[in-house]
Amino acid sequence: MALDSKIPAGPLGEKWTKHKGEIPLVSPANKRLIDVIVVGTGLAGSSAAASLAEMGYNVKAFCFQDSPRRAHSIAAQGGINAAKNYQNDGDSVYRLFYDTIKGGDYRSREANVHRLAEVSRNIIDQCVAQGVPFARDYGGLLDNRSFGGVQVSRTFYAKGQTGQQLLLGAYSALNRQIAKGRVKMYARHEMQELVVVGGKARGIIAKNLVTGELERHSAHAILLCTGGYGNVFFLSTNAMGSNVTAAWKAHRKGAYMANPCFTQIHPTCIPVSGENQSKLTLMSESLRNDGRIWVPAKKEDAEAIRAGKLHPNDIAEENRDYYLERRYPAFGNLVPRDVASRAAKERCDAGYGVNKTGEAVYLDFAAAIVRYGKEEALVKGVNNPSDTDIKALGEKVVEAKYGNLFQMYEKITASNPYKEPMMIYPAVHYTMGGLWVDYNLMTSIPGCFALGEANFSDHGANRLGASALMQGLADGYFVAPYTVGEFLSKDIRTGAISTDSPEFEEAEKAVRERTDKFINNNGTKSVDFFHKRLGKIMWTEVGMARNEKGLKQAIADIQALREEFYADVRVLGSANGMNPELDKAGRVADLIELGELMAKDALQRNESCGGHFREEYQSEEGEALRDDKNFAFVSAWEFTGVPAEAKLHKEELTFENVELKTRSYK
Amino acid sequence: MDLTLKIWRQAGPEAKGELKTYPISGVEEDMSFLEMLDYLNEQLIDQGIEPVVFDHDCREGICGMCSLFINGEAHGPGRKITTCQLHMREFKSGDTIYIEPFRAKAFPIIKDLMVDRSAFDRIQRAGGFISVNTSGNTIDANAIPVPKENADRAFDAATCIGCGACVATCKNSSAMLFASAKISQFSLLPQGQPEAKERVLNMVHQMDLEGFGNCTNTGACEVECPKGISLENIARMNRDYLFASFSSNK
Repeated sequence: MALDSKIPAGPLGEKWTKHKGEIPLVSPANKRLIDVIVVGTGLAGSSAAASLAEMGYNVKAFCFQDSPRRAHSIAAQGGINAAKNYQNDGDSVYRLFYDTIKGGDYRSREANVHRLAEVSRNIIDQCVAQGVPFARDYGGLLDNRSFGGVQVSRTFYAKGQTGQQLLLGAYSALNRQIAKGRVKMYARHEMQELVVVGGKARGIIAKNLVTGELERHSAHAILLCTGGYGNVFFLSTNAMGSNVTAAWKAHRKGAYMANPCFTQIHPTCIPVSGENQSKLTLMSESLRNDGRIWVPAKKEDAEAIRAGKLHPNDIAEENRDYYLERRYPAFGNLVPRDVASRAAKERCDAGYGVNKTGEAVYLDFAAAIVRYGKEEALVKGVNNPSDTDIKALGEKVVEAKYGNLFQMYEKITASNPYKEPMMIYPAVHYTMGGLWVDYNLMTSIPGCFALGEANFSDHGANRLGASALMQGLADGYFVAPYTVGEFLSKDIRTGAISTDSPEFEEAEKAVRERTDKFINNNGTKSVDFFHKRLGKIMWTEVGMARNEKGLKQAIADIQALREEFYADVRVLGSANGMNPELDKAGRVADLIELGELMAKDALQRNESCGGHFREEYQSEEGEALRDDKNFAFVSAWEFTGVPAEAKLHKEELTFENVELKTRSYK
Repeated sequence: MDLTLKIWRQAGPEAKGELKTYPISGVEEDMSFLEMLDYLNEQLIDQGIEPVVFDHDCREGICGMCSLFINGEAHGPGRKITTCQLHMREFKSGDTIYIEPFRAKAFPIIKDLMVDRSAFDRIQRAGGFISVNTSGNTIDANAIPVPKENADRAFDAATCIGCGACVATCKNSSAMLFASAKISQFSLLPQGQPEAKERVLNMVHQMDLEGFGNCTNTGACEVECPKGISLENIARMNRDYLFASFSSNK
């Protein structure tokens, strides 16, 4: 099948308005005859389900958590971007569009990104109308802060809990529709299979995680809002339950997987402490507004710190290497995530790491505390403040900005970041890749849509901070509810879809066979044993730096791991009733297949761009070398039986409004 | 460190549960409490014993999925944390740790340490929202100024993660802290005013239907709340409820 991105004709700034005006409408009477399934209730899912229900469609929403409010969007910390220009710093829709295209290293679609920038402003209006308590200044108006990769302040926030507040806003809109009976909510349910009837996505097999029962649900369209697949690395900032199963089942049924190797490694996470660690915790990028990143300039100092013989506060200013400020003076500590992560790895690989494992750098607030303290002393009229007074005043300001993050850090590490610098290291955080979708957010299976992190469309090879929340809500509130009309307007005469068809029968049978296999396997190793091994392979060979030899090795290792997994995994208990181990086994099985495809994708992309860094393709200074002549395309993979034999389709990216340039933050 | 775990095991909602004893060694102090349970489960699987079922997801203190009553305290020892933020350095080798589910009539047990908290969702559905459609035609965000003090207080109330520690801690199994947090958030904002009276009446009514107890101002909920939701919210809800009871048009 040829890839048709269905990008509307016309000037960039008019495409969306024109397209939206031309999408066929479905009359209110007919909407009542149309069923839509939404899988996942994070920002994209909750907002889409609520909006579609408001419009009059019959919606069924599914989440594996015990409540839709707990989807992992809840954990997003720093903020949400919008081109409001409230700070009068020259921001505009075009600038947000441009920053996003550049930040994504020129591997995203112009038309999609421009639409995102356009609707960003509606999101803020909508959320405030819903009662989302964003941070405000003393005049009662909305406050903003800065994020990496940009030179304006366009990020709206609610302390370090912006994702929570936005999700609770979407959850409240969803609740309003559930209360009206417009949305039927299925919590503690997980999608196990996509049902395709006559070439169209017409339903899902869902498992009730409490009873173990398999349920058939039919609909005229299926929206997958199931998030990213960072857990393929085992250790990531994703929630424990985050998984790729819904998207992978769609992939196996014909949906193309796009740019799967584009993974975001976030520079500021709490470093790994031990073998039994289950997840990594992010320290918001907003901290880079005020924190300065450094390692000792002398190797012997780094060694002394690692041995516990030297304290970072005792290293004199001139013996510190603020390597981001040194290498990238124009953006300093606020370079994009991929750049900051690689720079940290470079220093640690060179032997300047500062914790026991040698894989950590400092994020230091001492300078900010003094700067804010002096300001406060002036504002409060404190004459001749002592250093202690200044620090105390400054700590108060920092606490007001980042209090919950500092508290979180101290709980995990037992170290006080007001008094000594934080230790941080990059960790897997987000996946730019995902299901291939056209301009209408429809996958290559008609009737199957993908929204939010589950699709690939807006962030190219690297996502800018505070843009994930923007995209999730844009897709769910303002894009998909309209664009589904193009597909659904042809379905007004279809009537209810039966779940008694052979397609449903077969899909349910396939799920049952899979679960029975796990239960009856009688292996010797737990699911986590295999998941951890997969994570190690992925982090070592398909992580922050990749090369041909390593990627080929990874593919071979993952294939061997997959065989061993099926031969030797041990799942206790039964398929009837609550069995989280069994659910985990199904998820890990899919992650193993995905891992292989990620390595294959990384291997074919002979260039370095954004989060994808191939060691063979770098400048003498160690910067990424993009190859626009040969790789300005989206790689869309078609499943053909095994991941290794997936077929590559290329969607060429055309840039009509932005000039392709070497991305420089120097 | 070496520990003795006494864990509540219950096969299903109707089954009879009991405390089972599991000795465990090799626990590291940097492990979170849930990682300690992962570690135990790995060993149980090796021994052919079904692993302990417990709720968890984000493991960074924000999703509200993890619960657990540890040594008689919701989310265990330590203040303003969830169980996933509790670390084993709070315990010492040789300790015996009692791990039970959150207990309340309105939170029936599903299996082992996992309980059903859907009553909270139903309370929210009774009115925990502002009735505005997602048309994209709402007024500009800055056309609704909110005094910073009110905005901050609304935010503080809105940080509730819906974990249920307040209910599990309360001797009456009351959900007043939870319900009042949502009601307060909207009560403090201009956007919430048009529906304020119906909201408080409906949400309190639903709370009573779910079988939660009443509030006797003990204040244990505030102490155990991982997000430090203030009792002030209950006072505000009571005031709003009283006002609405006398002045509602319905």
